[in-house]
Amino acid sequence: MTATTPLHTPEHDPYTPKEAQELHAERTGRKLAAGVFHPRQLLVSLPDAFRKLHPRHQLRNPVMFVVWVGSVLVTAFTVLEPSVFSIAVAAWLWFTVLFANLAEAVAEGRGKAQAESLRGLKTDTVARRLATNGTAGTEEEVPAVDLRVGDLVVVEAGQVVPGDGDIVEGIATVDESAITGESAPVIRESGGDRSAVTGGTTVLSDRIVARISTRPGETFVDRMIALVEGAERKKTPNEVALTILLSTLTIIFLLVVVALQPMAGYSGRQISVIVLTALLVCLIPTTIGALLSAIGIAGMDRLVQRNVLAKSGRAVEAAGDIDTLLLDKTGTITFGNRQATELIPLPGVEQEELAAAARLSSLADRTPEGRSIVDLCVVDHGLPAEPGDDERDGEFIAFSAQTRMSGIDLGDRQVRKGAASTIRVWVTSHGGNYPDRADDIVERVSAEGGTPLACAEIDDDGRARVLGVIRLSDVVKPGMRERFDELRAMGIRTVMVTGDNPLTARAIAEEAGVDDFLAEAKPEDKMALIRTEQEGGRLVAMTGDGTNDAPALAQADVGVAMNTGTSAAKEAGNMVDLDSDPTKLIEVVEIGKQMLITRGALTTFSIANDLAKYFAILPALFVALYPQLDKLNIMRLATPESAILSAVIFNALVIVALIPRALRGVRYRPMSAAGLLRRNLLVYGLGGIVTPFLGIWLVDLLVRLVPGIG
Amino acid sequence: MSPFVAGLGQVGLLVMALAACYRPLGDHMARVYGAEGHWRLERGIYRLARVNPDSEQRWTTYAAAVLGFSFVSIVLLYLMQRLQPLLPLGFGRGAVEPGMAFNTAVSFVTNTNWQSYAGEEVLGHTVQMAGLTVQNFVSAAVGMAVAVALVRGFVRARTDRLGNFWVDLTRGTVRILLPIAAIAAILLVALGTVMSLARGIQVVGVDGITRTIALAPTASQEAIKELGTNGGGIFNANSAHPFENPNAWSNLFENFLLLLVPVALTRTFGQMVGDRKQGYVLLSVMGLLWTVMLAASWWAETHPNGVASLAAGAAMEGKEVRFGIPASVLWEVSTTGTSTGAVNSMHDSFTGLGGGVALLNMLLGEVAPGGVGAGLYGILVLAVIAVFLAGLMVGRTPEYLGKKLGRREVTAAAIAMLAMPTVVLLGTGLALLLPSTPDFMTNTGSHGLAEVLYAYGSAGNNNGSAFAGMTVTSDFFQATLGVAMLLGRFLPILAVLALAGSLAQQRRVPATAGTLPTGSPLFVGMLTGTVVLVAALTFLPALALGPIAEAL
Repeated sequence: MTATTPLHTPEHDPYTPKEAQELHAERTGRKLAAGVFHPRQLLVSLPDAFRKLHPRHQLRNPVMFVVWVGSVLVTAFTVLEPSVFSIAVAAWLWFTVLFANLAEAVAEGRGKAQAESLRGLKTDTVARRLATNGTAGTEEEVPAVDLRVGDLVVVEAGQVVPGDGDIVEGIATVDESAITGESAPVIRESGGDRSAVTGGTTVLSDRIVARISTRPGETFVDRMIALVEGAERKKTPNEVALTILLSTLTIIFLLVVVALQPMAGYSGRQISVIVLTALLVCLIPTTIGALLSAIGIAGMDRLVQRNVLAKSGRAVEAAGDIDTLLLDKTGTITFGNRQATELIPLPGVEQEELAAAARLSSLADRTPEGRSIVDLCVVDHGLPAEPGDDERDGEFIAFSAQTRMSGIDLGDRQVRKGAASTIRVWVTSHGGNYPDRADDIVERVSAEGGTPLACAEIDDDGRARVLGVIRLSDVVKPGMRERFDELRAMGIRTVMVTGDNPLTARAIAEEAGVDDFLAEAKPEDKMALIRTEQEGGRLVAMTGDGTNDAPALAQADVGVAMNTGTSAAKEAGNMVDLDSDPTKLIEVVEIGKQMLITRGALTTFSIANDLAKYFAILPALFVALYPQLDKLNIMRLATPESAILSAVIFNALVIVALIPRALRGVRYRPMSAAGLLRRNLLVYGLGGIVTPFLGIWLVDLLVRLVPGIG
Repeated sequence: MSPFVAGLGQVGLLVMALAACYRPLGDHMARVYGAEGHWRLERGIYRLARVNPDSEQRWTTYAAAVLGFSFVSIVLLYLMQRLQPLLPLGFGRGAVEPGMAFNTAVSFVTNTNWQSYAGEEVLGHTVQMAGLTVQNFVSAAVGMAVAVALVRGFVRARTDRLGNFWVDLTRGTVRILLPIAAIAAILLVALGTVMSLARGIQVVGVDGITRTIALAPTASQEAIKELGTNGGGIFNANSAHPFENPNAWSNLFENFLLLLVPVALTRTFGQMVGDRKQGYVLLSVMGLLWTVMLAASWWAETHPNGVASLAAGAAMEGKEVRFGIPASVLWEVSTTGTSTGAVNSMHDSFTGLGGGVALLNMLLGEVAPGGVGAGLYGILVLAVIAVFLAGLMVGRTPEYLGKKLGRREVTAAAIAMLAMPTVVLLGTGLALLLPSTPDFMTNTGSHGLAEVLYAYGSAGNNNGSAFAGMTVTSDFFQATLGVAMLLGRFLPILAVLALAGSLAQQRRVPATAGTLPTGSPLFVGMLTGTVVLVAALTFLPALALGPIAEAL
């Protein structure tokens, strides 16, 4: 099924190989494109960060709540007994909380701008509602917010669609740039898979009648606003599990600190509450605790930047887990239209002769197929792409659905190409003979999965004859094989779904390098395939746009609906691709993986950091009791106070330093799990152990200069 | 032959013996827990106990059975001690006082075998044989049953049944522990271990005074004491006593026995999950930790810093001259790495670092290689944590052995992981807060702190070895250590069974190139790192005030 039919002028057909190759070059060999992060965003988000200091907000994050309580506690003790050290610790504990808030605020801020522009679409549109008894003319004007599901509304050129709905009557060009960012208008028409209109978009031509399918306040735009603002954000399953584990670690460290006091007391030295709190905050996984929600929001944001709307964070997470990708052949693996790949002359006809005729007959055919025939003649036979002067004088016969032929009349000479059966009728009706040999070729091409077009002429002498057959075949988009190889390395199996017969399907599957194919697929076959995969414990992703795709979209773990599709499809999927580009599914998977990797990497980093903090703080705590413990002070930190303060400061600064990483996501290249693990363990595990030794040492070099500390 | 070479020889022999038994025993255990039919003896037991051996249990029922069985065992064992005067072969050893009886009952039922009493002075043969030895068998079988239930959780899919606890308990005892223990007991007798129902023998000392040297049915209890990683000696001196452990060969054999089942269980695990590599990975982690600990302790004991030790050339205080340094550290690392707790030397007298190794070995959570069954489920819990922490880094919801680790799994694993540190840290903290505590201790300062930490570390990890040097017969210690043993045993068991229940309900996810590989050397490193890091982060402050301050 073709996913999209934008109103392109032929000169801008996106499926010309050259442009497609450029598009692909942009996509391959890239890192997952990083979202832009400006340090200025930190400043802008500061007020929000302060607002989030409210305990009600802090309670949502157990790790940071402990820091918050610690900050309050240390502040109280500082007020009672102020010293340079206690004031510094109190200040930096508050900074820690603030930095965590900042991370979240920055992540949310990026969505807010987008939400604002979307809100602009919700200006008081007036709807022209048809009376429900349906007769024409009984039309009333009501505010869009008063529309109910099932209402019929009329929209004419220049008007804004008042709400989400399906066209029941008419055809129109619609400017959807407000939502998709795509400036080229699209066609919407009643019936079929392109009947959905979205509230806030503008009808550019013609008149349509649409049935409203969504209540005001729940429209697509409303949901988009909620999504990008993160207002509806719920913790995803994996986030919940991670929070539980982080809370457990927090409890363990709380116990460590609580038990430390009697141990220290027994050893002969009580530790101040300020120092104990500082130790606790350094130990609990504040880095990941502070950045966890920002990572989730940023993950959704990265999807939005690629014009994909996920209805929930759960779906984004599931995307990372996908084991099987169902990809439609047409438009995803192959170009949306078949292309001419071979000219097969009949005996007695020269190849050049056929090429010339094929070109001539296709000059007037502006369909992609027709243009591909001209292209083939240009590339393989050196013929000119544009009509020559003498040819311009000829009469062009454009392709039409009725005649199923195109061609040209040059004086008495007529050249035609079209479906074999049409050409047979044309040739025989002009007294020509349709040879059996032509039938043989046509049958062979069909059997091989191609589409045969016959080419014939009536020469100057009025003799009608068939010249040969043009083979149209599916052309696999360049670079698909490499994409599938990458996916295979990531452990993802690709299944091509096509309505073609098994023979054709196999040929294309092999050419494209997919792992498996489903031929002669009906919607229910697709559904059955998804179920089988899921029974085997695999997660399935697919794209779809038609109403008959809806059940499968709902059944799939990740269902990406094309924005051009029906509202049923959009409702059933858990993501909508505003660009209606089925290949994007692959990127969606990568974004899901990247989000999980970012979470895991920063968790590992956060926990690995603790080792260095112990080496900073433990000698500081006990060197007065056991001077030999100074041997553990391998960073040679100046004084106990400077050591503790340096650890606290490092702990706070590392949050800020990692905000860009949390928002952009860690670097991700498609590779096997073993490779990813090795790489990330090295960078974030080993790096997490080494970095803080260096960081705390550097901070201490400055802190020791502060009077009263160093 | 220098002691070093002789020691290496012993280690080599031990490893070879374990390697030889690894496959046959591991496969045997896998078959036992997977077998369809029942032995006639077993049918008799089921009929007596009125259980239907062919009905399977949900995790809740399984857990209730574990708890119920253990509770009844504690009550029975408590009563036996309290009613000792009424029992035969008591030799006038009176009723055990309540605090000690509670502590001992809990200790043996939880497979800890912490002993706050001196065996040959307090208990008669009946309590030893019918009470303690029985618990040595069944408490070990309980641990194995729980481990097997967890493995079934990984293996099974879309079911809420984990097996039948009574069947697992019976089979573990009848088909695994009893036959091996019987052979081992006979071998021990052959090696010179005492086996007698007599009270003792009269000996005239050099000072002309006649003394009674206690005898006991030792070999039968000794065998299961090691095999079931129990560790409760029939004599106070435990395996340092020549009647329990007469010579170098018996020493090596007992050392072998206490490592045998925990090591072979990794093979059983690999067999049951259908991927032996997974078992080898766990074994590698255990072996790696064991080897590093052994090397550290060995080095420490041969490089002491005390005046007397320097004069002797090694830290010989508290060690049996019959065994010397290598056999002592080998035993120390094995007994604390498994949750056995039997000793052939006094850990309290080890150097700061050497004693610290024993302590750390327990605080790792008893996974190197851990107690019978407890070691396997302990390391599996840590594997779940490791997979969850680092597994996200491959970009998928973490999965281990084909099961996804979601909220329920992580919660269960977290509780299992949280129980031990809570018990150990709070227990130690509480004990140190008590003003009277220093009165019970023979040491102060860092070594004193190590003694208290060791006591709660040993109880919380169900190890049972003692640092000694501390009188633990006060009601406070009897009670808190008893509670520590209970919580340290049953909280993780409950959490592990909940984990198993939740895993069993899931589908099995097939492994792909995108799945975190858990059968690779990389995962060995990751799991080892997690075990060490979790323990280090939890206990570094306490260790710094104890053994680290002492060692530096």
